Amino acid sequence: MKFQGYERPDGSVGVRNHILVMAVADCSEPVAKMIANGTEGAVAVTQHYGCIPGEMVANILIGVGKSPNVAAVLLVGMGCEGMPADSLGKMIKESGKPVDWVCIQELGGTRNAVTKGKQIVKAMSEKVQGLKRKEFDVSRLVVGVKCGGSDTTSGLAGNPAVGAFADMLVDAGGAVVMSEPIEAIGAEEPLAKRAINDLVRKRIYKMISDEEKRWSVPGAQVEFMCSGNIEGGLTTIEEKSLGAIHKSGDRPIRGVLEASSRLLEKVPEVAGVYLQDATHMEPMAMSSMAAAGVQIIVFVTGCGGSFGHAIVPMLKVTGNSETYRRMKDDMDINAGTIIDGQESIGAVSQRIFNEVIEVASGKLCLGEALGYNNFSVFRRDSRLDTLLGISSP
Amino acid sequence: MKRAIRMDPKDGVATALNDLVAGDRITVVSAGQEVVKEVVVTEAIPFGHKVALSKIEKGTKVIKYGEVIGVASQDIVPGNHAHIHNVNSNRMQMPKVWYRKEE
Repeated sequence: MKFQGYERPDGSVGVRNHILVMAVADCSEPVAKMIANGTEGAVAVTQHYGCIPGEMVANILIGVGKSPNVAAVLLVGMGCEGMPADSLGKMIKESGKPVDWVCIQELGGTRNAVTKGKQIVKAMSEKVQGLKRKEFDVSRLVVGVKCGGSDTTSGLAGNPAVGAFADMLVDAGGAVVMSEPIEAIGAEEPLAKRAINDLVRKRIYKMISDEEKRWSVPGAQVEFMCSGNIEGGLTTIEEKSLGAIHKSGDRPIRGVLEASSRLLEKVPEVAGVYLQDATHMEPMAMSSMAAAGVQIIVFVTGCGGSFGHAIVPMLKVTGNSETYRRMKDDMDINAGTIIDGQESIGAVSQRIFNEVIEVASGKLCLGEALGYNNFSVFRRDSRLDTLLGISSP
Repeated sequence: MKRAIRMDPKDGVATALNDLVAGDRITVVSAGQEVVKEVVVTEAIPFGHKVALSKIEKGTKVIKYGEVIGVASQDIVPGNHAHIHNVNSNRMQMPKVWYRKEE
């Protein structure tokens, strides 16, 4: 099976051809937006942890800049930040793609920065519009799986259908990534059983137990199930997790990818399932997965979560036929036919597989066509980990 | 006939595939769509919520997907709605204050 993708200078393969205008901190976001505005293929992104956000954020931004879905990057900095635009830019430039940066203070203010930025992005755009897709084997695909706004149909239909698709992709040589450490609490056994070796098994248990510590601090009011989950019939985190893990399918889990301040591990070029030790929160998890090399995300939602991602197409699958009917403009695939008894899990997973190939080759998924370009970055609080006695993996 | 699905033979609960009302006699199907039993519902149970298939005594485990999903906080009898009012997590308790509807 083949798809049409973009080959990047470093040999990686992307499914989109974005020009990223990256404000290194949110103080520069308005300028990044003004620069991106009006240029075909340009999208502005930023992070909200201030200008000295730490290595975990830097790793994600660098990973996103290096994503094969990104053709070129313009960084925008104020000039006084702790994480300067040129430092990040030089690291992203290692990928061989066009990278440049503008500094608002150095250029003499907003208007000059926007003018200069627009010139650079226009030139980048002319260059990247000329890039053509080439044929690649489906084994080059790295697909992220995520669920959000889950109700019980997610565990009954949506996630199992995506899991069957995940099996198909891995069997065809591709990779599947799941970033959901919290929605694994209660599901350690079924996951650990699939680990390829003892080291991976231990990492799975550690990832989940660390996350459990973070979310059950005595005296702290923390919420980890939304009203949509509860109204949809999910009662406990265990129940949610056992339904959630179905989307990773059945194939062996080859590793737990670190996404820490020390290291953001890229998905190895070996077919299989990988868990990413990042976050369950979306859209943040999408950026973490993109930074690790994920090109497309299949997103399962029972309630009908409608959003997208700036650089990674997000295919929406719902196991709830009522949601599909009500939100036809946003939901790409209805897996609710499984519950209605109209289609088998196998049939729906084949439809998902076909759609993933088409989206990889350029077809816009509904969220993209509607213009969704969410982007946010996750940062774990290292102070919490220290206080809880959580050690690095 | 209204249905509920039981994901695993070890499960003490099934998930309602229709909105159920007290008195409904429903068919319980397996994940493979085979009829496994019938249950009379004792109270209103919305689509996607759980109906108890067997007696689950207070303090004992609630099984779904063949695994433990929680523990009964009250005695539960067949046909009962099983949800946050009578099932607690074994792992992490949620603060109840955020839930926007009256329970």
